[in-house]
Amino acid sequence: MGESPMSQSPLHRPALHESAYRHVSGAALYVDDLPPPKGMLHGQVLSSPVARGRIKQLDVSGARAIPGVLAVLTAQDIPGHNQIGPALPDEPLLAENEVFCVGQAVALVVAETPEACRKALAAVKVEYEELKPILTIPEAEAANAFIGAPHVIRRGDVDAAFKDAALILEGESECGGQDHFYLETHAALATPLENGTWHIVSSTQHPSEVQAKVAEILHTPRSAVVVECPRMGGGFGGKETQAAHFAALAALGAHHTRRPVKVWLNRDQDMITTGKRHPFLTRYRAAFAADGTILGLRARVTANGGWSADLSLAILDRALFHIDNCYYLPAVHLEGYVARTNLPSNTAFRGFGGPQGMLVIEEIMSRAAERLKLDPAELRRRNFYGDAPRNVAPYTQVVKDNRMPRICDELLASSEYTKRKAAVEQFNATHKHVKRGIAFSPVKFGISFTMTMLNQAGALVLVYADGSVQMNHGGTEMGQGLHSKMLAVCAHELGVPVESIRVMNTATDKVPNTSATAASSGSDLNGQAVKEACHTIRERMRPIAAKLLGLHNGDADKIVFENGRVFLPGTDKETTFEKVAAAAYVAQVSLSSTGYYRTPGIGYDRAAGKGTPFYYFAYGAAVCEVELNALTGEHRVLRADVLHDVGDSLIPTIDRGQVEGAFIQGLGWLTCEEVLFDAKGRLLTHSPSTYKIPAVGEAPEDFRVSLLERAPQDGVIHGSKAVGEPPLMLAIGVIGALRHAVGAFADAGTEVELRLPATPESILRAVEHAKATRVAKTAARPSTVVAAT
Amino acid sequence: MDCIRFTLNGRVVEERSVPPTLTLLQYLRYTQGLTGTKEGCAEGDCGACTVAILDADAQGGPAWRAVNSCLVLLPMLQGKQVVSVEGIAQGGAPHPAQESLVQALGSQCGYCTPGVVMSMFEACYRKDLDQPWKLDDQMCGNLCRCTGYRPIKDATKQVAGTLPDDKFRVALKDAPRADMKLSYQAGAQRYFTPTTVEELGARLAEHPEARIVCGGTDVSLEVTKRYQELPLVISVEGVPELRRMEKLSDGTVRIGATATLSDVEAFTEMPLPPVHRMLRYFASRQIKNRGTVGGNLCNASPIGDMAPVLLSLDASVELTSRNGTRRVPLKEFFLSYRKTALQKGEFLSAVLVPPIPSDARASAYKVSKRRELDISAVAAGFLVRVDGGGLVVEARLGFGGMAATPARARQTEAALVGKPWNEQTVEEAALLLDKDFAPISDHRGSSWYRATVAKNLLRGFFVETQKDPVPALPQRPTATVQLEQV
Repeated sequence: MGESPMSQSPLHRPALHESAYRHVSGAALYVDDLPPPKGMLHGQVLSSPVARGRIKQLDVSGARAIPGVLAVLTAQDIPGHNQIGPALPDEPLLAENEVFCVGQAVALVVAETPEACRKALAAVKVEYEELKPILTIPEAEAANAFIGAPHVIRRGDVDAAFKDAALILEGESECGGQDHFYLETHAALATPLENGTWHIVSSTQHPSEVQAKVAEILHTPRSAVVVECPRMGGGFGGKETQAAHFAALAALGAHHTRRPVKVWLNRDQDMITTGKRHPFLTRYRAAFAADGTILGLRARVTANGGWSADLSLAILDRALFHIDNCYYLPAVHLEGYVARTNLPSNTAFRGFGGPQGMLVIEEIMSRAAERLKLDPAELRRRNFYGDAPRNVAPYTQVVKDNRMPRICDELLASSEYTKRKAAVEQFNATHKHVKRGIAFSPVKFGISFTMTMLNQAGALVLVYADGSVQMNHGGTEMGQGLHSKMLAVCAHELGVPVESIRVMNTATDKVPNTSATAASSGSDLNGQAVKEACHTIRERMRPIAAKLLGLHNGDADKIVFENGRVFLPGTDKETTFEKVAAAAYVAQVSLSSTGYYRTPGIGYDRAAGKGTPFYYFAYGAAVCEVELNALTGEHRVLRADVLHDVGDSLIPTIDRGQVEGAFIQGLGWLTCEEVLFDAKGRLLTHSPSTYKIPAVGEAPEDFRVSLLERAPQDGVIHGSKAVGEPPLMLAIGVIGALRHAVGAFADAGTEVELRLPATPESILRAVEHAKATRVAKTAARPSTVVAAT
Repeated sequence: MDCIRFTLNGRVVEERSVPPTLTLLQYLRYTQGLTGTKEGCAEGDCGACTVAILDADAQGGPAWRAVNSCLVLLPMLQGKQVVSVEGIAQGGAPHPAQESLVQALGSQCGYCTPGVVMSMFEACYRKDLDQPWKLDDQMCGNLCRCTGYRPIKDATKQVAGTLPDDKFRVALKDAPRADMKLSYQAGAQRYFTPTTVEELGARLAEHPEARIVCGGTDVSLEVTKRYQELPLVISVEGVPELRRMEKLSDGTVRIGATATLSDVEAFTEMPLPPVHRMLRYFASRQIKNRGTVGGNLCNASPIGDMAPVLLSLDASVELTSRNGTRRVPLKEFFLSYRKTALQKGEFLSAVLVPPIPSDARASAYKVSKRRELDISAVAAGFLVRVDGGGLVVEARLGFGGMAATPARARQTEAALVGKPWNEQTVEEAALLLDKDFAPISDHRGSSWYRATVAKNLLRGFFVETQKDPVPALPQRPTATVQLEQV
């Protein structure tokens, strides 16, 4: 344990989700569930039907004349800056003269009913001059269309590495996008209050940014805008920056009508107009020694950013920071680019580029094992970070506390990898159309916002004279259990039962200047802030308690606050938290406090490609087994074993849920979820009838998730570690297992060609390719070269 | 004019002026203020809006059925009982479905949760959830983006079939069948639910332009996705005899047009294994609880999954109007893309499926990006009869997703007949599928994939039926075609 817990502390114990009973009864309120304020109007967005074009004519007069319509607003109706870009000012809220993607907002209609909104949308006359859109990364490269400066990370002599190589792999690695498919679509409600002030309720991971953007759009100070987030029906990164658009539009509508305005997207609108996980294209060249040790890697990594920057540059950075995964790369030359295309602006999604970077090295490792006929788990193990000098990441951060060797040993043993792999080989030898595969897949994930200043958080804790508590912190609840964890931290620190604490809706008038609840950092950052606030209040209460218990001041430090009791151990001196709170009030002692935290000791120089962007690394690994059918390309995950490192878990039941859920979400990205656009940049997969996230049957029948034991993390809240994103990448093990199964249709030594996502069609193509290599026995693929040694 | 009248969470509600195309979901959230029920997609593909309706089961007895409230138009509730997530706790105590989900940590963000709870609610009162695949089937219509499903599965397993001793169980004993008779008008929109075949024939004769609806799993999409008004709707749901299923003396199975897919699934397990097999991965439980065989056929979609298997079984359809009844072989029912042989004033009253001959091999297949709750890239139903000498005497190969309508593969069939039923025959015949069909490429699969899979399914059918001529699916199949069991 990171700190010795008090016996009644809720820390490190199983707990239910704090909202569970409200979830199951329907009492949990989301933005669209709130009772409508008096006179509330509906706002709907007119969005561009073309991917790239000039607006030749925009006539809203007909729409304004429709009964029930109160406003039809365009860019010129914005009182402040028509700018919503979170990182770079390249994203107008409403289009001006040009449109850059299908779904880009052109106008806002505000009406008394959704029906009137729809009629008004149909009545707006817009004429576009269509231009040829840029949709793919190669198209953007041909047009030299990029966002921001390239990011280069170099180390060692890469050219020399290739001279010494026994095996050189060269190729392209691609991965597709992923829709967040939070069950709750984007929603915001803006209410004008007196004296030019605003109350905004938003389904957002980033209330402070919503506040800032609304203030800029309305040309008003941030102090005039309060943004509140009750909870989200899922976020996954999709509500980190892009919730601001809809809140700003609602505020704009409310500004012009002086009435509350709600903007809510239906599923199709949500999927068509918002950004997704970035597709990546990586061209790589990798050098290996004959024993499977990687000697060098050259990679040009490009993300499809969509039409504006959004967070693409930071996402690219994280992809580069994870192209090593948990492997020591002696010589590297990495170049990263963000392509500017005419797609909706791609954005944060659980993993934030990390999964895309990690996929590259995992594909390379798999191909190397296939070519060298080595066990893929063994080849990976040989490449793990180790002792100095094999403990430095390409960007020069020292990899401390490397838990991967331990995790690998424990998981391979507990999952019986070796024995089961032999059984799989046996199965494959005796089955013609059905093959199985098994694979080990490790994950190392850097924890911290890579933009260093974001690593700060605040809290505000209020104790009332009856001993009840309100807790505010800067993080938002999207299902991940952050509030449950903060309750445990608060209850532990104040020494009160969890039931006596109320978690308040996240609001910008309680904690200012917060960072997004993102980067898996929610409990690390906010937990420390909550802890500090509670500590301050408890220490103020201590002398009051001493006086109540009739103790000398010298004994005050020995008083224990625990589960509502306040007592001196070993004596009968005891009172209650409630009585101490009441006494503190009478004694004119402040019972509220803020808390604040910033992560120490991190920083990164992007221009130099050097630094320590991460406070620490989270680790995990999976062993996955699959079965596939070579007639249809269908597959099923038969079993998945996961061992994940969450340090000393704040709440193990919550963390297990994060691990399981992230795994399945990663599985969806890699297998059944396929984002498809047509040649004109129109999304073809914009509802669950065409875009398939995993359903219950995709969950492995045998799913064994364990948390690494006895693994406290120094310097993190109560020895815990971040959990939100890292386990998503465990699902890469399913791809490894599929490669193994597909490879069973080819001769040993053949590389598997499996495109992602591994849909039945993709798998069938891979199987056909594998069979063809056996038949044709062609020379090495043109893109792959075996060096003469 | 009648009013819409039904029971909501134990309280009778009456509506006289709402549009008849108002969905139950909208009504719950914005008229009744019952915001526990969520909208996740408005097309029946996510389950967040799931509520329970007291309906009849295959035997006509009362049964709680989970349905997608986004696809239920208010008049479809006439005379029925509806329970939403707010209505299942009793005396302040959570319902067992709620409590077990809480204890399993089966909610994270909570947005899919009310729907999950209501699917579990149905599970509590089902007596036939006796196999693991049925639990998956029960829950596959509820997408959850947070939990990865393990805790939801655990919680469901715990409560399925437990028949809690409560008022919902009592309701199963004494609920009379709902009288759905309705003649409703609001503004220019009209909605009729006749309750006899005669009355239905008369209504259709009077209003040949009317949209015919039953469960609404397809027609309602025009309201929720395309915002159509549907000025005149005639529901066939209120006629009890159209829902009947029976085995006739000659072994023919007669399935009433409005029998729900759930009922058909339960009924066909014994007499028609290929139909039962196709229904396993046909749709979510909620959709199967509302969708009907008649609707699936009349919709005439090229990717309607019922048609291929019924084509292979040589089913025919019974078409009824005020002037009487005629019988049309299913192979002659589909005229062109979304066009059928139904004439104005006519409705499909039943599907007749002859018994599977004793010398037949028969099975059905569906390939989609996701196994559960997906639309097929390719669907197929095969029946091949082989005589004592090992020669094929008849072959019926029905396909969906391969052409503008569900269709038989005539040239391939012809190449099989008269040949010995062996791998070589199948291999030669399979190649003719490229002559029978030129499938399109779309987001569900490329033309190459469809053509390749179609051939492979025939190959797989040959292998699979070697051991068992009419094979059933295992608990958790890796693929639609079962080749090598371990």
